[in-house]
Amino acid sequence: MRGVPGSAQNPGALLRHPLLARLTDFAAQDVIPRAQRAYGSARESFEDATVRVLGSDFDARIEQLRARYQRMGGDPFGLDPETAKLALGIVSIFHRVYFRADVHGVENVPSGRVLLVANHSGQVPIDGVIIGASMFLDGEPPRVIRAMVEKWVQTLPYVNVLFRSLGQVVGVPENCRRLLELGEMILVFPEGTRGISKPFSQRYQLQDFGLGFMRLAIETDTPIVPVAVVGAEEQYVNLGNFELLARAMGMPVAPVVPQWFIPGLQMPLPTKYRLHFGEPMRFSGDPDDDDSVIEEKVYLVRQTIQALIDRGLRERPSVFW
Amino acid sequence: MDRDDAMQADLEEGTDDRRQGDRRQGGRRLSDSASFLSERLSAGPVVITGICGRLGRRLARQLHRDRPVIGVDRRPFHDRPKDIEFHQLDIRRKKAQDIFRNGDIAALVHLGVMHNPRGNSEEHHSWNVTGFQKMLEWVRRYNVPKLVLISSANVYGPRPDNPQFLTEEAPLLGAGAFSEIRDLVELDMLAQSFFWKHPQTETVVLRPTHILGTVRNAPSNYLRLKVVPTLMGFDPMIQVVHQDDVVQAIRLALRPGARGIFNVAGPAPVALGQALRTLGRATLPLPHAVARRGIERLWNLRMTSFPAPELDYIRYVCMVDDSRAREVLGYESRFDLTSTLKAVDEERWV
Repeated sequence: MRGVPGSAQNPGALLRHPLLARLTDFAAQDVIPRAQRAYGSARESFEDATVRVLGSDFDARIEQLRARYQRMGGDPFGLDPETAKLALGIVSIFHRVYFRADVHGVENVPSGRVLLVANHSGQVPIDGVIIGASMFLDGEPPRVIRAMVEKWVQTLPYVNVLFRSLGQVVGVPENCRRLLELGEMILVFPEGTRGISKPFSQRYQLQDFGLGFMRLAIETDTPIVPVAVVGAEEQYVNLGNFELLARAMGMPVAPVVPQWFIPGLQMPLPTKYRLHFGEPMRFSGDPDDDDSVIEEKVYLVRQTIQALIDRGLRERPSVFW
Repeated sequence: MDRDDAMQADLEEGTDDRRQGDRRQGGRRLSDSASFLSERLSAGPVVITGICGRLGRRLARQLHRDRPVIGVDRRPFHDRPKDIEFHQLDIRRKKAQDIFRNGDIAALVHLGVMHNPRGNSEEHHSWNVTGFQKMLEWVRRYNVPKLVLISSANVYGPRPDNPQFLTEEAPLLGAGAFSEIRDLVELDMLAQSFFWKHPQTETVVLRPTHILGTVRNAPSNYLRLKVVPTLMGFDPMIQVVHQDDVVQAIRLALRPGARGIFNVAGPAPVALGQALRTLGRATLPLPHAVARRGIERLWNLRMTSFPAPELDYIRYVCMVDDSRAREVLGYESRFDLTSTLKAVDEERWV
């Protein structure tokens, strides 16, 4: 490159300015390696901690997951075992330490494609996360739950990449069908927002179920495993729904949770989670049948979950232990 | 679903249909036997429009050994193999009709779709739509038994609510966000209606995903950049296909009996970031708003020919399910992911 060194017309010369050169040298030789070392050691100590809490079994389970997706030639939806490992580490600590989850009947879950149908509760969908952690930590073989997420998640930077790497997919029926064909496990909350944001007074009362999951199960001949989550209702106490605010903000619900306004209490209360997996249920018939016919089948699933919840409630000694 | 089934049924009855069609058309054909037809379909002369593009030349070089090839393009054809008949003309001109009138053409492969976002949009539209309509008219009038249109998976459009893998039945929503793809969607639709109106012609529409190789299309050019701009916080899964896989798919589509719409994908999908790492490219992540505004500014200054709405291709998924092509056409991808990606760096002056 020609030109007078340091002239404004010549940006290349500006880059060769001694001060700038010294700065870039400093950054390249000092700051960046140091930051990398710090990041590396932080990550290592975090991984050490997870092994101490979760046992060496954790790594073996991750390895099993990795092998599964390698056999499939990589997950077509973009699940990334490396990212999943980090997330599962954090989630597993919540499962084992914070909520001390008790898992019953996990052996009922078939190893092939399956729909897990669970009650939805607790204002924040931690119940889904804990079920996911159970399937990874307690399931045989360890598996990743593939959940359906709203399409607007795809428009959020970083969030969309994170969700994709964790195996979460856009909630359209085609994706669900394809995942089931691949022999994956899908978690469904047929109550939706109606269930998760119930006030405290309605705890452990199942709300209306959607019918979509049943049509899908019949169409793809997938067994349904009913799941009852006991302990999530008490993590946040919801006094009611602030309808005016919900309407003003265009949100489906605006739960009033006093805890959220007290500094330091934003975390959920450390209730003890109890998960009950029921026997797999199989349904047959015409997936495009009238709503009334499908409703009868959904009712059976709903009753089974309610029975599992009731039993869980009767058997638990306390909310917190 | 119904349309799909009907197409499958058509595929099976292809030859019968064709014979009936011939009787209806009467005249031109001397023999009516199926064997003669299939021989003509597989060995008769092929007209390739847009033959001077890189994909066209690759196809021509493979085809001309087996059967006569007639090329049509506005551009000159350098280093043309001697046995390829070439007409340098505008497909909208009357002269192009003579090619069909004079020879007993066995197939038309339409590659001459113009995609130049910088070009005059009226001229663009007229070239693409009027040109293709003329082609369809001659295929019908001169009873050409095979028509192959190379559309693109882009006609589905990258959208946040796309299923991970779109089937051939998915709506063509590509033109919603950017009008540059409008012509292609229209051509695709024209070919579809031709499929139904004129069953005596075996119509095939191929919708390949991002074609990589020495071709000069947006995805290959993008991956060839020394520093590749990406969108901060977005890393969609993408599908790529090697140019020679597409040539292979076209050759399969030319076989007697093949008809219908087929998605064509290459090796297993890959995250965009992973693809760029495989190629060893430096990336420059930009927030979407900045990238969009920057490209709009550059566009106004005529410093880029990349329209800003096309940023959605590196933002959302637009992937296809090509199982129909694999089952019905017998298509299979012969290049693995790494060699498909590396194909963009191959010698470009072949």
